[in-house]
Amino acid sequence: MLLILLGVLVLHLIILILLIVSTAASAWTVGGDRSSDLWYNCMTTNGGYHCKPASNEDWLQAVQALMILAVLFCFFSLIAFVYQLFRLVKGGRFFFTAIFQILASVFVMCGAIIYTVMSPDDAKVVFGYAYVLAWVAFPLCLISGLIYIVLRKKE
Amino acid sequence: MLTFLALASVVLLGIVPERSQAIVIYTGWERHALVGSDIRLSCSFFSWRWTSEDVTFSWTYRPDGSRDSISIFHYTGGAAYVDNKGPFRDRLEFVGNPGRRDGSILLKNLEFADNGTFTCDAKNPPDIVGRPSSVRLLVFEKVPIQAGVITGAIIGVVLGLLVLIVVIYYLMRFLVARRVFSLSVSKHGKKKKEGSQQRQIKV
Repeated sequence: MLLILLGVLVLHLIILILLIVSTAASAWTVGGDRSSDLWYNCMTTNGGYHCKPASNEDWLQAVQALMILAVLFCFFSLIAFVYQLFRLVKGGRFFFTAIFQILASVFVMCGAIIYTVMSPDDAKVVFGYAYVLAWVAFPLCLISGLIYIVLRKKE
Repeated sequence: MLTFLALASVVLLGIVPERSQAIVIYTGWERHALVGSDIRLSCSFFSWRWTSEDVTFSWTYRPDGSRDSISIFHYTGGAAYVDNKGPFRDRLEFVGNPGRRDGSILLKNLEFADNGTFTCDAKNPPDIVGRPSSVRLLVFEKVPIQAGVITGAIIGVVLGLLVLIVVIYYLMRFLVARRVFSLSVSKHGKKKKEGSQQRQIKV
């Protein structure tokens, strides 16, 4: 039982770290000497590394909001998990935790989808590791939420 | 002692305004507008002197990317002179009130070529030392949304919904608890009535 608990907790922490790194790292699209993320477009010119704030387009702001919400909800579900661990009745299910976790996964999915569809089509521009992390975090988050639905508190 | 203080305060009051007798001119910093719309560029000033009859306002315009300024408006001797030859002919109107230190102008039917810096210079004789103030005009096809407005709105709405749902959930629990309480009271009352009726019938 303790092993399962530890495993679930470690998975949750991994998901939280993935989400934070994906939201903050500047590598959603990389190409040649340019890299851009949700917040800055950075370019390596002759003079060095220059960053300017990303364009104020509607879809980019929506992706920013969804990623931040995903991080927040994952964090809330962690707090709810710890709370319910100590306060839940015997045999009860971690519903609160599961709801927050599943909502976080939905938000990551929406954010990643919007970014995929709306990012401008440039030649020799590929998606960076932060984008991949977002897509990896989505199914992990969903699985974690489903585990919380199935999990029951024993004595 | 008191007389010394009184003399000192009179002297200070006499000296201080003399030193800071620069006129301070206020315009906006940046103005955004849509193509084809009108915009009011405001200009006012602060001066230690009363507003004189010889107060003057003048506006100059420097297009984006150009180094030359062109004079487009001048108010002096109680009369306003608007641009009748330059880029703003028939599009400029004086909407200020010099008596109230307001030298604002109205630009009508904006075009993309109107992007640039507008400088207002006001003089209130004898208070003439001051720095002109500039406002930058940006003309857009559609007004861009400021950074972070949509982000903040989405986050705020979702968190607000979350708080609302939690509040409603606890409210429902509280109300159901109260209804359960009142149900048991009425059941208790009914039982009492039935008991008394039975006793009456028995008797």
